[in-house]
Amino acid sequence: MTTQEHAVEQVHRDDIRSKMGMWLFLFSELLLFGGLFFMYSVYRFMHQQDFSIASKEMNTFLGTLNTVILLTSSLTMALSIAAIQRGKKALSIFLQIVTILFGLAFMVNKVIEWSHEFAEGNFPGSASLANRPPGQILYFGLYYSMVGLHGLHVLVGMTVIGFMTVFTIRGKITQDNYVKLEAAGLYWHLVDIIWIFLFPLFYLIT
Amino acid sequence: MASETLTLHNNGHEVSYLDYQGKHKGLLGWLLSTDHKRIGILYMIGVLSFFAVGVTLGFLIRLELLTPQGTIVGPQAYNEFFTVHGIIMIFIVVIPVIPAVFGNFFLPIMLGAKDVAFPRINLLTWYLYIIGGVLILLSLVLPGGAADTGWTFYVPYSVRTGTNMIFTLTAVFIIGFSSILTGLNFLTTIHRMRAPGMDWFKMPLFAWSLYATSWIQVIVTPIVGITLLMVIVERVFHVGIFDPTLGGDPLLFQHMFWMYSHPAVYIIIVPAMGVISEIIPVFSQRTIFGYKFIAYSSLGIAVFGSLVWAHHMFATGMSDTAEFVFSLLTFLVAIPSAIKVFNWTATLYKGSIKLEAPMLYALAFIFLFSIGGLTGIIQGALNVDLYLTDTYFIVGHIHYVVFGGTGFGLFAALHYWLPKMFGRMYNKKVAKVAFWIVFIGFNVLYFPFFILGWMGMPRRSYHYLPQFQLYHVIATVGSWILVLGLLIMMVNLLVSLIKGKKITENNIWGGETLEWKVSTPPTVENFEEIPEVFDGPYEYKQNEYASMEEEVK
Repeated sequence: MTTQEHAVEQVHRDDIRSKMGMWLFLFSELLLFGGLFFMYSVYRFMHQQDFSIASKEMNTFLGTLNTVILLTSSLTMALSIAAIQRGKKALSIFLQIVTILFGLAFMVNKVIEWSHEFAEGNFPGSASLANRPPGQILYFGLYYSMVGLHGLHVLVGMTVIGFMTVFTIRGKITQDNYVKLEAAGLYWHLVDIIWIFLFPLFYLIT
Repeated sequence: MASETLTLHNNGHEVSYLDYQGKHKGLLGWLLSTDHKRIGILYMIGVLSFFAVGVTLGFLIRLELLTPQGTIVGPQAYNEFFTVHGIIMIFIVVIPVIPAVFGNFFLPIMLGAKDVAFPRINLLTWYLYIIGGVLILLSLVLPGGAADTGWTFYVPYSVRTGTNMIFTLTAVFIIGFSSILTGLNFLTTIHRMRAPGMDWFKMPLFAWSLYATSWIQVIVTPIVGITLLMVIVERVFHVGIFDPTLGGDPLLFQHMFWMYSHPAVYIIIVPAMGVISEIIPVFSQRTIFGYKFIAYSSLGIAVFGSLVWAHHMFATGMSDTAEFVFSLLTFLVAIPSAIKVFNWTATLYKGSIKLEAPMLYALAFIFLFSIGGLTGIIQGALNVDLYLTDTYFIVGHIHYVVFGGTGFGLFAALHYWLPKMFGRMYNKKVAKVAFWIVFIGFNVLYFPFFILGWMGMPRRSYHYLPQFQLYHVIATVGSWILVLGLLIMMVNLLVSLIKGKKITENNIWGGETLEWKVSTPPTVENFEEIPEVFDGPYEYKQNEYASMEEEVK
């Protein structure tokens, strides 16, 4: 593909190397969200009452539903890797598509939830939010930033899995060479894990 | 045509990476190359171009400060100058320069590998880097004006100023991403691609320093990334995060900014220390003293350096306990740095020292870095810092550490490795003359900053009291000398690439690390066969004889 491509091809394939790169990337992603979790903990400590009041306005049903959806999607992702390991190509493709659909369902839920919040006037820059106490402004600021960034990661994850599906169909991901799919799976699990922390912080703790 | 390509392809491992013709020819052969050596050169062109912009801005700042009132520009332009000077120099020159240029070029060779772990990601980092740099340059010329917050982007001003902040913040975010990917690439390369026989303690110290640096890059860069992203979000969507009118806490921004930006000081200095650890033993023809101590002290710096950020905030009214702890940790971080300085000087002892240009820069590094480091310790003391905060003392300190350290480390690396990279030698006499002009200019420019700071001259100030003028004039004259020296040095190096004497031998300086065993300039594949390593990186003949003599006794 590029000029000195052959220099790379001559090096043996090293799956541990690929996965190590992915783990390091996930590590930096974790720290990216870590910065936000840090802000959350500082502001929660400073404005405990306001955070409690604001968090009661969250739609816990939709939040729980999304948690179930995302956890199940992690399962289908893991199963798609197990399927390719056993050489069941069609099953693996099916499970990858199911994973993407779960991701889509998650995003649709988010849109419903956010449009509801927006209708109530709880959006950044709105007059009704600006009149609230500082702690509640911060709560909603963090809510939109953290959940928004997470949503962005869900979209990226869906795109990546979409590419993996194409690779599997074209035979680039096979029973002997599935490290790409594994890496995509790791990324998807990270997205899942971050949600597992976001869910209690915004919906459950009051 | 196709067959011609094929022949070249087959002989690829014997062709110099400079002459190699792959699928893409000419310029595209460079812009689409995943060869770590070509990417290193791409980075070099990028970094040195931005360095020229940064130097120009610095030169203009000094010219402005020649007189106590306005000299050449207005106050707003002055604010933009020192801000963009800082942003360019920190984020797109000294942070990437040594890992991205020399790390890319020499790390795989030093480890006995044919490339880095992820060559395509490596090329991607260069594009991200260039996009970031161009965004910053765009912010300078577009209407609205460049960022005027200082390179630290403190809120609430950075949320409210009407200048092109979004460009600058996005640029730093993108460059941060590029930096993370480079770190990730190097870590994986070092873990997985060392040649047979090269265990951790047979790695050259430059590789060790890149290893420590890469960890800092991967760990702390995301923090500043998310912080600046939040400032962007706050500016665009008015989401309440840091702005006090929206309930936010500006001090939280400062904490999060320095959580990255203090360790970034070590991203800046540790690779330069690695360069010095390579040059000192080669030009004294002696094994490095305390190899393991130097290797571990890099990691020590990485660990302690990540825990001292709040010493930038002693004047903000933190709790006494926090101030005490951060002050103590700040003193502790001096230990690993001092270990390195002592080990370098101990290496010189009884060595056969050759004062070539790289060695001169390396020795100047030790001298200037010691001044920079010790003046840092002064500010680590709580009571002194309250007096010195935001004066020229800190400006002097940062320039001695960053320019005297990494800048001189870069110049040393250029004079040490450039002949290897291009197969041509520069004019050695001119190089030495340039060194002395740069060294004198540097000290005339920055040493008065310490005196000014001690007298109470505030940093980032457009006007100043008349009693400070003498030192400002001295500093400005120093900037002229420094720029003259830099010009001579760069012209000498550039001319050498075209007209310099051709070098054919592999080992130009008598080094023992692997890059001196491959041809000059290296071939596309670096090694025809992956080498097997038996010796440590600094085992010079002289010492082998010495140890043999000891054994005989």
